[in-house]
Amino acid sequence: MHLQIADVSKTFGYGARAKQVLRNVSFAVHSGEFVALVGSSGSGKSTVMRLIAGLEQPSAGTISMDGRPITAPGSDRGMVFQKYSLYPWLTAAENVAFGMELQGRPRQEIRERTGYFLEVVGLADAARRLPRELSGGMQQRVAIARALAAEPQVLLLDEPFGALDIQIRESMQEFLHTLWQRTGLTALLITHDLEEALLLAGTVHIMAPSPGRIVRSVRVDLDRSSLAKLRLSRPFLDLREELAADLRGLEPALAA
Amino acid sequence: MPAFQRLIRHPWSLGLLGILTVLLLWWITTASGSVNKLFLPSPQAVWLAGQQQWTSGLLLKDALASIQRVFIGFAMSAGLALPVGIAMGTSPVICRLLEPLMGLIRYMPAPAFIPLLIIYFGLDELPKVLLIFIGTFFFNTLMIMDSVKFVPRELMETARTLGGRTLPILVKVVAPFIAPQVLDTYRINMASAWNLVIVAELVAATEGLGKRISLAQRFLRTDEIFMGLIVIGLIGLLIDLGFRAVMRRACAWAN
Ligand SMILES: Nc1ncnc2c1ncn2[C@@H]1O[C@H](COP(=O)(O)OP(=O)(O)OP(=O)(O)O)[C@@H](O)[C@H]1O
Ligand SMILES: [Mg+2]
Repeated sequence: MHLQIADVSKTFGYGARAKQVLRNVSFAVHSGEFVALVGSSGSGKSTVMRLIAGLEQPSAGTISMDGRPITAPGSDRGMVFQKYSLYPWLTAAENVAFGMELQGRPRQEIRERTGYFLEVVGLADAARRLPRELSGGMQQRVAIARALAAEPQVLLLDEPFGALDIQIRESMQEFLHTLWQRTGLTALLITHDLEEALLLAGTVHIMAPSPGRIVRSVRVDLDRSSLAKLRLSRPFLDLREELAADLRGLEPALAA
Repeated sequence: MPAFQRLIRHPWSLGLLGILTVLLLWWITTASGSVNKLFLPSPQAVWLAGQQQWTSGLLLKDALASIQRVFIGFAMSAGLALPVGIAMGTSPVICRLLEPLMGLIRYMPAPAFIPLLIIYFGLDELPKVLLIFIGTFFFNTLMIMDSVKFVPRELMETARTLGGRTLPILVKVVAPFIAPQVLDTYRINMASAWNLVIVAELVAATEGLGKRISLAQRFLRTDEIFMGLIVIGLIGLLIDLGFRAVMRRACAWAN
């Protein structure tokens, strides 16, 4: 699998109201990679994600998967939104099964895969509960299980832990990291939390606002055998500080 | 007095108390003889009138006639309002096309259509059923349209990224999401349907609860008028409670 974002620009509105939100954004995601986009609010991160998902069309440039341009949403690109997007009338298990039912998979297979993916995200016991009976972290894990169960080639995560408090966030980061190691999924993560990006992603692209663009790309080759240790290790902290300084420099309010 | 407190806390006890108070006042007023029986019949007289109409089979026949009209007219209205409302809620083009038209017709009082309906369709069942349709369809449609607009974008977009196409999304995302509001819309507009059938029968009918009331007026039978009003209220209340029960069972997730 090879996801290519080539020279993509996006303008919303027309004429005097036109607003360029993305300018010449290029990057790639390959099979098994974990890539993160970091940037302040309004730098166009979600727009990039929506373009890749096929929910919006680029104004210029191309987005392609294995050479085929993306024109519409499809189950080869699974998406997890920041806000809880579980169907409130369906139980956790029914939510996980939802995509597979849309795909028209055989009943037996749906049942087995639902059980499997609930197991993977550690929620086998919560199968029959409604979303409102689940904590925020559990809801996001169900949303991830639902996206994975539809067998996407790449998982798009738009600030999936943005609404969670800090302890839950850290355990969800551990969870996502383990999931990535176990299942070999390909993921594109959006976050405004630099630490989260550096912990999880092998490649981090830093975006700046007005218009949204990638200003720096870093490969993060750190020892990820223990995230808890990594969080406190020297190279990690140094890299984080260096990139944080970059990000601060982009903040117009603070630079002035 | 824990038993008394428990009684007070019961959701129905206060409502029941209110009704009983009015009944009591009514009884006292008539028993004291201070009001002409012709204007205000006693509760017993109304009860007797009811019993009489029940044993003669008239009450059941009238009630069934009215209920049947309401259900046919309202079923047409509800059945058509659902797809039209969903179409208007999901497609901006259809919405801009139909909303001004419907907004306009909605403000035309349905009873004002009665003369036209009688000219077009005579005095049969059709004009009465159509009156209920006209009186509720536009409200039903616009309220359903509004509920569709509140379906969170994420829920639809998630379905699209899972490979869902338009029709499955309407059926599996939009419909279940709006189900509680649709049921509530129906419950509210059912009240107007029930009002309209009585209005239609007051004007022209051979049977029905409204017809019975207008006949009773001719013979100054206020006891029968009271009886008719109470029966109409009770049936309406039952329908309302029925909708609430369905909603509690079918849309438990929304409570
Ligand atoms: N449909 C749209 N129409 C007009 N402007 C839009 C639209 N979608 C996004 N924008 C604008 O594009 C800019 C970038 O938005 P986007 O949501 O991509 O940023 P973001 O980096 O995800 O921000 P956040 O961290 O707050 O989620 C914002 O200024 C926003 O107002
Ligand atoms: Mg965003």
